[in-house]
Amino acid sequence: MLHVNDVRKSYPTAEGLVSVLAGVSLDLDAGQSLALTGESGSGKSTLLHLVAGLDAVDGGTISVAGTALEGLDDKGRAELRRDRIGLVFQQFNLIPSLDVGANLAFQARLAGRHDRGWSTHLAEALGLAGLLNRYPEQLSGGQQQRVAIGRALAARPALILADEPTGNLDEASGDAVMGLMLGLVAKAGASLLMVTHSERLAARLDRRLHLRAGRLSDRVQP
Amino acid sequence: MIRASLAALLSHWWRHPLQLAMLLAGLALATGLWSGVQAINAEARAAYTRAETVLGQDQLDRIVATDGRLTVARFAELRQAGWPVSPLLEGRRAGLRILGVEPLTLPRAAAVPGMPMLGSDDLGEFLAGRLVLVAPETLDRPGVAEALAGLKPQAAPDLPPMTVLADIAAAETLLGARGEVTALLIDPGRPLPGPLPSGLERRVAVADQGLARLTDSFHLNLTAFGFLAFAVGIFIVHAAIGLAFEQRRPMFRTLRALGVPARTLGGLVLAELLGFALIAGLFGVGLGYGVAAALLPDVAATLGGLYGAAVPGVLELRAGWIVAGLGMAVAGTLAAAGQGLWQVWRLPPLASATPRAWAVAAGATRRLQALCGLGLLTLAGGALGFGSGLWAGFAVLAGLLLGAALVLPGLMALVLAAAGARARARGVLSQWFWADARQQLPGLSLALMALLLALAANVGVGTMVGSFRATFTGWLDQRLASELYLTAETPAEAARLREWLEPRVLAVLPIVSTETNLLGQPGDIYGIADHATYRDHWPLLSALPEVWEAVARGEAALINEQLSRRAGLGLGAVLDLPGGALPVAGVYSDYGNPSPQAIIGLEAFGTRFPEVQVLRFALRLPATEVEALATILRAEFGLRETAIVDQAGIKAFSLRVFERTFAVTGALNTLTLAVAALAMLASLVTLSASRLPQLAPVWAMGLTQAGLAGLDLARTVMLALLTAVAALPLGLALAWVLLAVVNVEAFGWRLPMQAFPGDWLWLFAAAGLAGGLAALWPAVTLMRRRPADLLRVFANER
Repeated sequence: MLHVNDVRKSYPTAEGLVSVLAGVSLDLDAGQSLALTGESGSGKSTLLHLVAGLDAVDGGTISVAGTALEGLDDKGRAELRRDRIGLVFQQFNLIPSLDVGANLAFQARLAGRHDRGWSTHLAEALGLAGLLNRYPEQLSGGQQQRVAIGRALAARPALILADEPTGNLDEASGDAVMGLMLGLVAKAGASLLMVTHSERLAARLDRRLHLRAGRLSDRVQP
Repeated sequence: MIRASLAALLSHWWRHPLQLAMLLAGLALATGLWSGVQAINAEARAAYTRAETVLGQDQLDRIVATDGRLTVARFAELRQAGWPVSPLLEGRRAGLRILGVEPLTLPRAAAVPGMPMLGSDDLGEFLAGRLVLVAPETLDRPGVAEALAGLKPQAAPDLPPMTVLADIAAAETLLGARGEVTALLIDPGRPLPGPLPSGLERRVAVADQGLARLTDSFHLNLTAFGFLAFAVGIFIVHAAIGLAFEQRRPMFRTLRALGVPARTLGGLVLAELLGFALIAGLFGVGLGYGVAAALLPDVAATLGGLYGAAVPGVLELRAGWIVAGLGMAVAGTLAAAGQGLWQVWRLPPLASATPRAWAVAAGATRRLQALCGLGLLTLAGGALGFGSGLWAGFAVLAGLLLGAALVLPGLMALVLAAAGARARARGVLSQWFWADARQQLPGLSLALMALLLALAANVGVGTMVGSFRATFTGWLDQRLASELYLTAETPAEAARLREWLEPRVLAVLPIVSTETNLLGQPGDIYGIADHATYRDHWPLLSALPEVWEAVARGEAALINEQLSRRAGLGLGAVLDLPGGALPVAGVYSDYGNPSPQAIIGLEAFGTRFPEVQVLRFALRLPATEVEALATILRAEFGLRETAIVDQAGIKAFSLRVFERTFAVTGALNTLTLAVAALAMLASLVTLSASRLPQLAPVWAMGLTQAGLAGLDLARTVMLALLTAVAALPLGLALAWVLLAVVNVEAFGWRLPMQAFPGDWLWLFAAAGLAGGLAALWPAVTLMRRRPADLLRVFANER
């Protein structure tokens, strides 16, 4: 499903070029979940952004569901995100002017794959059925993150990329949201690559990888 | 994808309807004022075109009688002798210009619009003197139906207003001039059979002065005002669009992250804006129609008074300015949104989602803006020093206004910083007041720039009009020194009047003039008597010693300021005149006259132009005897009402024309100020939502909501007043450019600038009022907010 091979990425700073990823390789099979842990600045989010095609690699290759990202232009990468990837951000990034129902269905509509039954199921499973007419500003943080997870799953993507999905939530809410997400990802048959600081949450996924100073320094099998 | 993305983009506006309303209102107002002015210009220009086509006969040489009397019998004699001539009878009745022609002999070159439309029946009626042609809008004017009683008026859209085209027989009846002819038009396509019989002379057609050319300056001024109002309106649009872009920045990023390509997103935002531009543009064009319809009667009166141009007071919908109005709305929107659109187009999917402050808020941008402003001010100075022509004048104005507007935010930031430093000693609230004002400045700077432009335009135009009024009134007193002005119909009547008057008044001063070419331009030469009336009163701007003696001896000429400036003729320069050149001994002011003019001594005039008869006189007599003398003259000589004009009447008429001239600019000024106030309201309303996180902590620390609202109101009024302080010197500079550069280029004369401190007080009051009114609603809204809304600021902190 996901092949990352010898990926390198640097950013220019005032002090010169700083290497964030220095040759990272990993594979993720269909239906598998993988946690990516590491200290702040270790390159976790950068790797996630590169996999999502939000940024371009300096070297190495990435392929998602058989599509190599290197050969894609902006339009191609956007199409890939739209059709094959679901993104869950730490900051939720809901569209504030759309109500919960519209936010939930949004990416599925973009991809032209809106399934009313699946959306209803997601809303019920995520406990959002009674909140469909509310706007994001009227929801708690936990509720907003549940909408973001529902939005990512609504188009039934092959790969879910989650960047600290519970980072803005308290422990109890985080656990609840995490449980819902894992259950729904499994039900959708998607793969999951999740960036997290939390070893406890990482332990709930099929595999774990640890990034340190831009390199995968530790491989932990479940 | 497109439908879902567009729905997401548009959902922002449904959630922020006030922002949408401000965007549409700003755009509609800007387009409205612009297209209103364009509608007026289009209407006037169409009238000039009509006037030029109907007056085709004015382009033909004509034969007139030297004694002023020409008859139909004489026409018949000439026609029988093989002369290719056609009779023309002209005159006025009840404010209508009656034009009598003889269609069967009328030369082809004398265009007569409306005639080809007549069917054979109507043509028969026309030739029989029962049908006349009139412009459609003239038919509805009061008194016209009565004046044309007994005739069948038919609408002819190509005729200029207030003109009646009739068969010569019908014209004879209308004018009560049985058997008379004003002139005989010569067919240019056929040779003349021989020399003119005695008693007749050929008048060569004077090249058409071109109303369009004459009035170009007036229309250019109107266009400049329209553009200024448009620019002020676009500030509102820029503010609304800028805020919308900032608020939607996270949405743009999310859309990009969810798979919407940058091009698609940019295209959708562009389509959304173009849709708004067209909707607002349509409203704007409708508004413009209303503005134009309201202002057109004044403009028509102005053009009639200043240039003798007949413009209908009724507005017609013209496709040209509707399309131009929509085009301006689209262009204005694109200009206002250009920066934001560019950012969306180039937005990387990982761009910061945090709404950053407006571009203008960034200190670096503000500095860059101020530098650009200083650059523009320098360019304006350059155009003033090295440029020439009317466009250079407008370039100076544009550079001055735009440069000052760009410098304003930086200047205000400096003033507020200085005030904040001083406020520290006065307590924490005062310190917060000034610090918060600085924080508000970026969001308000566009509105304050709009207010600056509107206020400066008010000061500038107010000073120009005031200076004009003061100078013009004094000038009229000088120029119209004689108490009564008299016009005889024939030389014989003039001689009888003169003989009768000389023992009864202090002085009878003959006035003679002739139209001629002065240095290549159509102008007038006057002959005046050697009298103290002129020596003591004539408004000379500059003169050589013993100027009047030299003029009386026929050894020198006076010229008007227009001729002096256009031809670069100073004192002592030699002026080419028919009958021999003369040195220029004086230059006089001649406001309201677009043409060059020269004055020579009465005797010299008689020698050079012996064919010109003395028909007009200026009379000097005690003011108390004016009315009685006028009554006696009418009774003794049967003079028409219009043959005797007293000084007070001419002054009143001139001042009325003057006031109407500036009524239009005054109205546009007020509208521009109203638009600027709306710009402030737009900015304050859109900012009010983002104000809560700034105000809630102060409220939590013990200030009441009413207190906060009061401080907000005071802050806005203070910012508006500071803007007024900046607008004052800018407005005075604007007035100086208008008086010393634009007016000189446009009209050919220069007025001394005068200051009106009383008006400045009004300026400050208007600025305070605009700021206060704009801040009132947001302040009341803040006052009425539930405490829960303010508490949410803290609850939302994560």
